[in-house]
Amino acid sequence: MEILVILIPVSILLGAGGLAAFLWSLRTRQYDDPKGDAERILSDEWDDRPKPPPPDQNSEP
Amino acid sequence: MTDLGADREYASRLSACPACDAAPLAARIADSAAARGDLVLSLPTAHCAACITDVERALLAQPGVRAARVNLTLRRVMIDAPGREATDFIPVLEGIGYEAHELDASALGPTAADRQGRDILMRIGVSGFAMMNIMILSVAVWSGASGATRDMFHWISAVIAFPTVIFAGQPFFSSAWASLKGGRLGMDVPISLALILATSISLFETLHSGHHAYFDAAVMLCFFLLIGRYLDYRTRAVARSAAAELTALEVPRAVLLRDGAEQVVPLADLRPGDMIRIRPGARVAADGEVVTGMSEIDRSLLTGESLPVQAAPGMMLSAGEVNLTGPLDLRVTAAGQDSSLGRLTHLVAMAEATRGKYASLAERASRGYSPVVHLLALFSYGLWMYLSGDWRVALNVAAAVLIITCPCALGLAVPAVVTAASGRLFRRGLLIKDGTALERLAEVDCVVFDKTGTLTMGQPELVRLADLPDTLRPVAHAIADASGHPLSRALAGALKGAGVPIAPLDQAAEVPGFGVEGRWQGLRVRLGRADWAGDAAQEPVDADGPVSLLSVEGHAPVLLRFVDALRPGAAECVTALQHQGRRVMMLSGDTAAAVASAAKALGIDEFRAGVTPAEKEAEIAALAQAGAHVLMVGDGLNDTAALARAHVSISPASALDAARAASDMVLMGQDLQPVAEAVALAVKARRRIKENFAISFGYNVIAVPVAMAGLATPLLAALAMSASSITVTLNALRLR
Repeated sequence: MEILVILIPVSILLGAGGLAAFLWSLRTRQYDDPKGDAERILSDEWDDRPKPPPPDQNSEP
Repeated sequence: MTDLGADREYASRLSACPACDAAPLAARIADSAAARGDLVLSLPTAHCAACITDVERALLAQPGVRAARVNLTLRRVMIDAPGREATDFIPVLEGIGYEAHELDASALGPTAADRQGRDILMRIGVSGFAMMNIMILSVAVWSGASGATRDMFHWISAVIAFPTVIFAGQPFFSSAWASLKGGRLGMDVPISLALILATSISLFETLHSGHHAYFDAAVMLCFFLLIGRYLDYRTRAVARSAAAELTALEVPRAVLLRDGAEQVVPLADLRPGDMIRIRPGARVAADGEVVTGMSEIDRSLLTGESLPVQAAPGMMLSAGEVNLTGPLDLRVTAAGQDSSLGRLTHLVAMAEATRGKYASLAERASRGYSPVVHLLALFSYGLWMYLSGDWRVALNVAAAVLIITCPCALGLAVPAVVTAASGRLFRRGLLIKDGTALERLAEVDCVVFDKTGTLTMGQPELVRLADLPDTLRPVAHAIADASGHPLSRALAGALKGAGVPIAPLDQAAEVPGFGVEGRWQGLRVRLGRADWAGDAAQEPVDADGPVSLLSVEGHAPVLLRFVDALRPGAAECVTALQHQGRRVMMLSGDTAAAVASAAKALGIDEFRAGVTPAEKEAEIAALAQAGAHVLMVGDGLNDTAALARAHVSISPASALDAARAASDMVLMGQDLQPVAEAVALAVKARRRIKENFAISFGYNVIAVPVAMAGLATPLLAALAMSASSITVTLNALRLR
């Protein structure tokens, strides 16, 4: 039964990790366009090379 | 400067965790989109992965575009292009085959509704996490843990469940409190009572090392009901954002002339006596008298007349009409509330008030359900108090009854079906603005159509290109291209479609109110009104549609006939509705001949021409009086009151703001066919909702006696609750 002392905290911690990941994805607005995201993986746009970084926001006056 | 400062602040806070930096940055970019003057375009036809890449690639190839991102859920594209206008990009998108409209980014705003959706999602996440952990511990208890082990499991469950119920149950507690304060017993009262009772009794039992704790049931209740709440919210949010989008399409402004200088003012600032200028293509902002200028006026939105009317000094114009060819200066006689548009608004408000509030199936169900549930719980408490004399046992049984009867499946029954149905209709291009619209649509037995702009496109189309001799086609194309008049555009479109080249033309100029004139190889070319373009002695034309005359010096003048083309899918829609056994009628403000020919083409037997807005509304009211449930489909201001009066109403996205606001559903695409499909789908959806009610009631019939007999263990409650919720959801998914 002593194993429970380890197993229960571990299971709760794992669950809490999942919850934290969910809350993070929620805050970064990853659920704003579920339909678009589902379709985007079908696009072969950046299959051969990585997407270039967006232009520097500070370069504009 | 402030932007730079903010960025420096970000740089100074860079940490080892890239996500932690990206998260607030992403949020900041999204929030400040409107502030940076970003452009938002609506893309009603985008639907797939190829659309996303096509649109984004085309936009990024444009100079000055730093970023472009399509949101397929909202069918919008956000463009980051400082210093560029939306009008720069609309032709680009139309060139690759995507219809695009500019949206007023400030009117859309980063909406508060969006925050509400994320709030519910967060509560779902938290209760889901708690549910799974408590379930693991509960399984151990159910399978026979006893003594100190069981107590420990109960204690851990309590530590997880107590804060979860307080946090995740808030939407139910606040809405139950609000309905109690209003003296009503809504669906949220039994839910809240069950949550509070289940948690507090479980805590009490845990303290006294009792056998049963209902923590898992309480948390699961939260989880399932929040899912129902979210589905409900999601359906409404999509409709609401679309409504905001449609409002953002039009900016109500007028051009005021003050001492000869033009000044753009809000409509509300106009006063009688002001001089306003109406540019070609603009909507007349207020009622008034034409002082200077010649033009033609499109009244189709106001009266349903498909032919343009000539406007000259001295003529009275009404707000909402569209000026076609020349600039007009108007002396305002009535603005705002007093204008003809304002009177129409009043008529609409009256019609909406008399239609009355429709009680949805869910409301009717909960109205009967809540008192019964409370009485049952109270009755079981009294019964067990009498039988055993132990208040702890009696309260336990009462809580079990409340938990097991709690409308878990009932809370999902309607939202699940409505979400499935509206998702399917959305993919077909029909948007539901009102949650109960689907239920009302299912009851429809009579469909009334408007003609101009609804069954027809409201745009003329050339009847026979063969009337035009081959030699004159390039010059006709050139002269038609020089004008913005709808007939000229229709002619240019037809010639462009036939691959006719454009002849070189000199001095093409519009003569407002009459037509276009130009010179081709030294010859005078005119396109326009028959009595102006032709010889003075030209005989008046008798035609049942718009006509235009092309005259080239030295050639015989050519009379071009136009017809208001039927909307794609209109005939199929009418036939399908008639096959479904519904009465189809047409009410139009247009002339008898035009209405009769359209009715004949569509196979509609019942039609009336020359109907005024008030008559339309009265006709709908009379039909309703006779017991018919009327679906009104219309687009014009003249239909608005009728739309508001009808049992349920649909307007195309091309309709005026007022008409779209008054209707329950909006048709996003050109095709009219989804209307008939929506009626059929609504009938199916209503059947599913009723089945779902039957499922949840049927399950109560079995579960309630079990609970009242004191046999409902937490395991049984958990099984029954999830089984009924899942059945209801799966039944709703059959609609897709």
